[in-house]
Amino acid sequence: MAEKIDLQEVEVWDGNMAFSHAMRQAQIDVVAAYPITPSTPTVQNYAKFLADGYIDGEFVMVESEHAAMSGCVGAAAAGGRVATATSSQGFALMVEVLYQASGMRLPIVLGVVNRALAAPLNVNGDHSDMYLGRDAGWINLCAFNPQEAYDLMLMAFKIGENKSVRLPVMVHQDGFICSHTAQNVKPLSDDDAYAFIGKFEPVDEMLDFSKAITYGAQTEEDWHFEHKAKQHKALMDSRAVIEEVFAEFEKKTGRKYKRVESHLMDDAEVAIVALGTTVDSAILSAEKMREKGIKAGVVAPRVLRPFPFDEIREALKNVKAIACMDRSAPGGAMGALYNEVSAAMYASDARPVIVNYIYGLGGRDLTQDHLEGIYTELKADADAGKLTGNIQRFSGLRGPKLEFFK
Amino acid sequence: MSKKYVGWDEVSQGSVLFSFEEEFNALEAVHTKQEDRLYADTNSFKAYVGDWRVVKPVYNRDICIDCQNCWVFCPDTSIVSRDKKMIGVDYDHCKGCGVCVEVCPTNPKSLLMFGENEDSDEALAKWPEKKKKSKE
Repeated sequence: MAEKIDLQEVEVWDGNMAFSHAMRQAQIDVVAAYPITPSTPTVQNYAKFLADGYIDGEFVMVESEHAAMSGCVGAAAAGGRVATATSSQGFALMVEVLYQASGMRLPIVLGVVNRALAAPLNVNGDHSDMYLGRDAGWINLCAFNPQEAYDLMLMAFKIGENKSVRLPVMVHQDGFICSHTAQNVKPLSDDDAYAFIGKFEPVDEMLDFSKAITYGAQTEEDWHFEHKAKQHKALMDSRAVIEEVFAEFEKKTGRKYKRVESHLMDDAEVAIVALGTTVDSAILSAEKMREKGIKAGVVAPRVLRPFPFDEIREALKNVKAIACMDRSAPGGAMGALYNEVSAAMYASDARPVIVNYIYGLGGRDLTQDHLEGIYTELKADADAGKLTGNIQRFSGLRGPKLEFFK
Repeated sequence: MSKKYVGWDEVSQGSVLFSFEEEFNALEAVHTKQEDRLYADTNSFKAYVGDWRVVKPVYNRDICIDCQNCWVFCPDTSIVSRDKKMIGVDYDHCKGCGVCVEVCPTNPKSLLMFGENEDSDEALAKWPEKKKKSKE
């Protein structure tokens, strides 16, 4: 039986350590992992916990991230609680198997420490990997600091393993700014954390030899569509379970999570919609803008998938101008957050001006000056009641001004 | 195989397929002859794939010594054998690969490949004679 760790009421953990402790407390059966910056410490800490006797499960060192997720799929189909972590290129190599995991309805938990995608090679934080996997059929939870990384990692197991969900769950945090920055984290005790997640209950497990089962069937044009539709419905319907788990977690810890987080939005005229560590920076900036008389607010999707179409509309219904902040090279289109927020708003009565900022690629800092500039431009758009510049703008980029679409 | 096209709300979660009907305990399968197992409709045993074949193995009972080599080597478990007696070929699943013929040790062989449309009785009628060992 694994030893327990007597945690302090407040620990000083970086985001990786927060992931590792939550994974340790979940009493995972199998972790199959391959290290990659900046998520390496998540699995390295986990492996050390195991070597030191704090974990009973298996740790499988594999030859690549494709194999890591494949190992997770096998172990999850066999009937175990399963998790791993990755970043960037490793995430890209996993993508094929991410679709297998969700299609087979295996509740694997994946910690994603977000990092840019090459070329050019870059180890720092942006959301290229998060965006690469957004259609993979996983639930996507987004943490903005180490405390949230810990909390959401615990909740990921409970959400994904719920029998009406049975879907894999990613928990995202920003590379380095969150993953390597130590902050105060209030953990649950080992017993409380495990009691909150609960014992793993297998479904259609291959190790039940009394009912022979096949995972990974082939379906062609006569069956594939029905299976994908059923999977999509499970993902859409997981909203209710996510809210239940958030509520139960709040009851236990006092920490409140919502599918869309809103800050200073009660009377906001202009709003930034962002993900990751940018959210905390934007809140600070919004507070400063309010001192200057600009009614600024911040909206952050906590759950990127299933996309909170309903909650986004509600959160932004009264603002005049919105900046959707995409930290990923948009590849010949508007950023994903712009597209999805715009679609949500177009399906409402509100007609705010919506602009798209591309920023922070490859770990480029987003400073308070940048954010003040964005809020100032938004205020001009709000006052004019229309776009005063192009739709897609770049923030923090050197060289001549780069903008697209009037 | 009879297919019932059901809607998205009725397909299995995770597109898993069960090998047997619910009431059949798969742990018993190893002790139960194939014809007595309660295969589920989704089991490939119930799927006809004989039309993948262009040449077929024909079995000659008169020569076979029941050595079970073909049964062991068949990559698609399409050799039917009961109580270590060779019965024949499962033409619903045999792909015509010819491995059974290759591993057959009798002289002449007890399994030979013929065209898919050739009548099996006619094939047996022109079975080759025993080959004499060459003295050179």
